[in-house]
Amino acid sequence: MAQVSMTVNGKAASGEVEGRTLLSSFLRDQLKLTGTHVGCDTSQCGACVVHVDGVAVKSCTMLAAEADGADVATIEGQANADGTLNVIQQAFQDHHGLQCGFCTPGMVMSAAALLKDNPKPSEAEVRDYLEGNICRCTGYHNIVKAIMAASGQDVGAIAAE
Amino acid sequence: MPKDGGIGASTKRREDVRFLTGVGNYTDDINIHGQAHVFFLRSDVAHGTLNSVDTSAAEAMDGVVRIFTGADFEAVGGMPCGWQVTDRHGEVMQEPRHPILAHQKVRHVGEPIAAVVADTLEQARDAAEAIVVDIAELPAVIDMKDAVKDGAPKVHDDLTSNLCYDWGFVEENKDAVNKAFEEAAHVTTLELVNNRLVANPMEPRVAVGEYARGTDEHTLYTTSQNPHVIRLLMGAFVLGIPEHKLRVVAPDVGGGFGTKIFHYQEEAFCTFAAKACNRPVKWTSSRTEAFMSDAHGRDHVTKIELALDADNNFTALRTDTYANMGAYLSTFAPSVPTWLHGTLMAGNYKTPLIYVNVKAVFTNTVPVDAYRGAGRPEATFQLERVVDKAARELGVDPIALRRQNFITEFPYATPVAVEYDTGDYHATMDKLESMGDFAGFAARRAESEKNGKLRGLGVNCYIEACGIAPSNLVGQLGARAGLYESATVRVNATGGLVVMTGSHSHGQGHETSFAQVVSEMIGIDANMVEIVHGDTSKVPMGMGTYGSRSIAVGGSAMVRATEKIIAKAKKIASHLLEASEADIELKDGAFSVAGTDKSVAWGDVTLAAYVPHNYPLEDIEPGLEETAFYDPANFTYPSGAYACEVEVDPDTGKVSIERFCAADDFGNIINPMIVTGQVHGGLAQGIGQALLENCAYDADGQLLSASYMDYAMPRADDLPMFQVDHEDGTPCTHNPLGVKGCGEAGAIGSPPAVVNAVVDALQSAGKDVTHVDMPLSPDRVWAAMQ
Repeated sequence: MAQVSMTVNGKAASGEVEGRTLLSSFLRDQLKLTGTHVGCDTSQCGACVVHVDGVAVKSCTMLAAEADGADVATIEGQANADGTLNVIQQAFQDHHGLQCGFCTPGMVMSAAALLKDNPKPSEAEVRDYLEGNICRCTGYHNIVKAIMAASGQDVGAIAAE
Repeated sequence: MPKDGGIGASTKRREDVRFLTGVGNYTDDINIHGQAHVFFLRSDVAHGTLNSVDTSAAEAMDGVVRIFTGADFEAVGGMPCGWQVTDRHGEVMQEPRHPILAHQKVRHVGEPIAAVVADTLEQARDAAEAIVVDIAELPAVIDMKDAVKDGAPKVHDDLTSNLCYDWGFVEENKDAVNKAFEEAAHVTTLELVNNRLVANPMEPRVAVGEYARGTDEHTLYTTSQNPHVIRLLMGAFVLGIPEHKLRVVAPDVGGGFGTKIFHYQEEAFCTFAAKACNRPVKWTSSRTEAFMSDAHGRDHVTKIELALDADNNFTALRTDTYANMGAYLSTFAPSVPTWLHGTLMAGNYKTPLIYVNVKAVFTNTVPVDAYRGAGRPEATFQLERVVDKAARELGVDPIALRRQNFITEFPYATPVAVEYDTGDYHATMDKLESMGDFAGFAARRAESEKNGKLRGLGVNCYIEACGIAPSNLVGQLGARAGLYESATVRVNATGGLVVMTGSHSHGQGHETSFAQVVSEMIGIDANMVEIVHGDTSKVPMGMGTYGSRSIAVGGSAMVRATEKIIAKAKKIASHLLEASEADIELKDGAFSVAGTDKSVAWGDVTLAAYVPHNYPLEDIEPGLEETAFYDPANFTYPSGAYACEVEVDPDTGKVSIERFCAADDFGNIINPMIVTGQVHGGLAQGIGQALLENCAYDADGQLLSASYMDYAMPRADDLPMFQVDHEDGTPCTHNPLGVKGCGEAGAIGSPPAVVNAVVDALQSAGKDVTHVDMPLSPDRVWAAMQ
């Protein structure tokens, strides 16, 4: 067992972990941050995406020990300070970009990482970026629309119903 | 102008806030103090004799609480099957015992052999590696036609063969159908495969069992679409726990698509082990486990023949299907290729004579059961493919051939035992032709060809039977359950109310749309209405959510219960207003006396019900709570017409969807935004089946597609933006909301459109290709072109 310490959503967090403990497990089981979901075991689905030092990471693919000292952001820390939904979260609600909600935390975290690097992505760029996030409910139509809307683009014209 | 609330409004979903902020409550988020974890050791061979399971070394390992094997469950019931099919000779289907843990034999890769309960999951997994299993491998049967040959290895030694049943429908029509084929001017024949799929909700299955020794009460938290059904099946048929001592909770559930309908061994195990170990016991499926333990879908092999007269009228239809059951009968498996498939073979057409034969077959594979659409996609795919092929053989326009044979008068009794209440197939086709800009297709094809691509346009129709189902009818057809729904409306003293519905929401947004209905009926703000579901201790009874039944059956129960509330509230209001009950009107949350300005607010009436100082106690009881059970009079029959345009790269065989249009008739719509989302999701799954997804076994029964590395889920860059229109549908005539259901349509209607489009593209290049089996992966399309 090893001691790990990190900042999670702006707060100090630490715990004892086995060498094999994944970051996703540490967040869910020890910190009780169960908004980060695990939907597969081959790093394909993206439900577990968090940000580590500002970079989108599949937390099932990283050991908790590797995140020692890092600044980690999860879905629980994404809302505005007053508790209202942030721009991306609000766009997902406005455009019905989620159904069962299981892939949603990963989608929102991936979308945030995309828009940080590419503030006005095209539809093709959004679809390409989401290659590592699987959604089984929405057919992606409304997710793509929500992300483009969150970037301030007019989605009325590009996303026919 | 769009409404801003109530029925017909695209109200934003209230459940989204918790999902978007990471505070949903999925089953895997539930951890109970003192819980142990279970890891299932699963068979890695498809078929074999289980000689021994030596757990001695594993039991001595750190953290191990107890290890269970099949012998521990000999006194417990097997997994029950909820539907008994009677075959064409009047014999009931063969129904093998389905143990919780394998006993004496293993019959598919992934079948659980032993269960290790330990303090931590890692300890359970480590200990499982120390279990020594001795299996004498037997030849496996994987191919269905091989499985029913004489001398084939038997999946179950105590059954007469691997044939579960040989079903004929309608058996009495068989000779007349055959005669019509002899007299036909043209017969089109098509052999095809409806590929095996895995539902793959993004949330893997989870079960947490808990036992309270002091009260002898069991609780199971589980990822289910129908917790009451699990309570009934597991309590009565597996573990022998009375329903009043068993609570089943299905909290936020991350998608179902059918595969979370069924009662699974892991649920029974965790409930059983919680008492046996006197600790809560939790199981969380890995994705790989999900691939080899969640019930699979589809897997039919079919020959379909269509007979036409000299004027191109359909005169008869004949189908011959092998349907894979897998190694055991999953909960509703026998109903899928029969009553959910054969009854839909008329489609949108007035074909007068139909005969459907289905042979259900046991193989050494994971059990197969309902997956989004369940039997109806299989029916639609073969029918719409053979109609398209007929149009090409006859050199007529595929849309014109369909229109010529459309049913136009309703109600319409089909020759396959169902009666469509409403529909307007020409109207949906008109809408599709306009949405799809078919007039511009030739120019788009020319543009694609200029870029070295082939372009194809595929069109098809679909009909489905939803709102499952009239209980007396399904009882006659072999269902071992009623298929009504219940709702309780509990109005609080201060006017807010709670609807406890037996429907379950796992992505469908019931918390929003159900509240829209009740708030409109009473005329109060939707925020005063709370929807509660998924807990047998709160909801009186429920058959759950599947078969696009929630609003049609669960919503109808809710309407009936709310009508009872309103009727009682009117009695209270008439007393308070000193007016005749017949003169009381409810509008915008206030009761008024017709033709006067006398009124009393909703909240005053509800308060009077609980503080009955001025109250008609001689006529009615205090309180305001009503329950209704709604048993539908008929199925509902959503219908639609879909169009797909594809580009095919002739060098690689890669297919890309360039345009997809869906014109649906869902009857009345409660929340258009949610309905549109349901169609999108169904289309993605149908396109996934057509182009990408395939659950593959090798000849030895090894599952080749057991992860997302091998099973091609549709990703964002595989799909286009969809054009969807479901306005102005024909309302259902037999339920109070006029609704039909929308959850499965996209998955039912889209596969034939895709395949029709690809065949059209290939034929446009002069290729003599009449069919390609799904999924239309580049290698298959390229090979078909050579």
